[in-house]
Amino acid sequence: MHIPDGFIDGTTSAGAAVVAAGGLGATLRRAGEVLDERRVPLAGLVAAFVFAVQMLNFPVVSGTSGHLLGGALAAVLVGPAVGAVCVTVVLAVQALLFADGGLSALGLNVLNMALVTAFGGYAVFVLARRVMSRTPSSVVAAAGTAAAVSVVLSALAFTLEYAVGGTGTASVATVAGAMVGVHVLIGVGEGVITALVVGAVLATRPDLVWGARDLAIDQADAASVAGKVAA
Amino acid sequence: MKGLTRRARFGFGAFIAAGLILALVLAFFVSPSASGDPDGLNKVAIDKGFADTARDHALEDAPTAGYEVRGVDDDRLSTGVAGVIGVAVTFSVAGGVMLVVKRARRTSPRAVPH
Repeated sequence: MHIPDGFIDGTTSAGAAVVAAGGLGATLRRAGEVLDERRVPLAGLVAAFVFAVQMLNFPVVSGTSGHLLGGALAAVLVGPAVGAVCVTVVLAVQALLFADGGLSALGLNVLNMALVTAFGGYAVFVLARRVMSRTPSSVVAAAGTAAAVSVVLSALAFTLEYAVGGTGTASVATVAGAMVGVHVLIGVGEGVITALVVGAVLATRPDLVWGARDLAIDQADAASVAGKVAA
Repeated sequence: MKGLTRRARFGFGAFIAAGLILALVLAFFVSPSASGDPDGLNKVAIDKGFADTARDHALEDAPTAGYEVRGVDDDRLSTGVAGVIGVAVTFSVAGGVMLVVKRARRTSPRAVPH
């Protein structure tokens, strides 16, 4: 999903960089409000983990692979703002150190793979949790669903950018159909990986899952109520 | 709800350490076995005829470009070492950014005291 230099024209890429920088500025302010002593190293870990798993391209169909984007996963674990910053760091390291994702396309890539997946994915997560019971397994299911949808949202974001400034000759409808088609499949992989990771963290340190904070509070309330009943 | 006990089975430091070790193991041992096929976007670009609009990366001569470390001849080792470098750099940069962002909040005159 990393856009190289050239797919999208310079004007559109520059415009996307301005939009991404503005979005990132607001995101950093929000991240500053929610970061505490623990979430600093936790966010470092989330970013490092997303980097590692992004390297693990899995086959989807005939000669095509996909990899985790990680924005929805990061958002569920550390919140959408901190999560978006985590993925932005991953994208910057990939572009600057590993020549993956064009430098002129960095704004486009931050929009598609950090901001859209983290905030879009988290919105889907919140909606999915509303229609599910308040249990840890619902958090896992909602995270998986959100992750799957986030990949399609990311593919749609690319399609929009292609519509505005794509340098190719293929029609927007053709690109839209192909992008959504293959990213629905990649989204399934994203959903499975995200559900597995969120499930593992919930099983070991549920208090560290941003998207399950309400459950931890319930548990604290239940413990305090139980304590009073026992007394 | 039984998974959500407040008593943590892992200390916080142990959790971070275990997570980092997992990331390093995935980057070093598993990433060399990842699929080398084009990803979704690149496949669409090839199929729909706009792959050739891509320009060479400005940093394609970097010593770790393409997730391969220059000077390491073994392909698997080269990718694995690149992965370990990436995990270490990403952890450090992300942690550093978060620390700066957190401190900026504390010293900002606009910050609302809690």
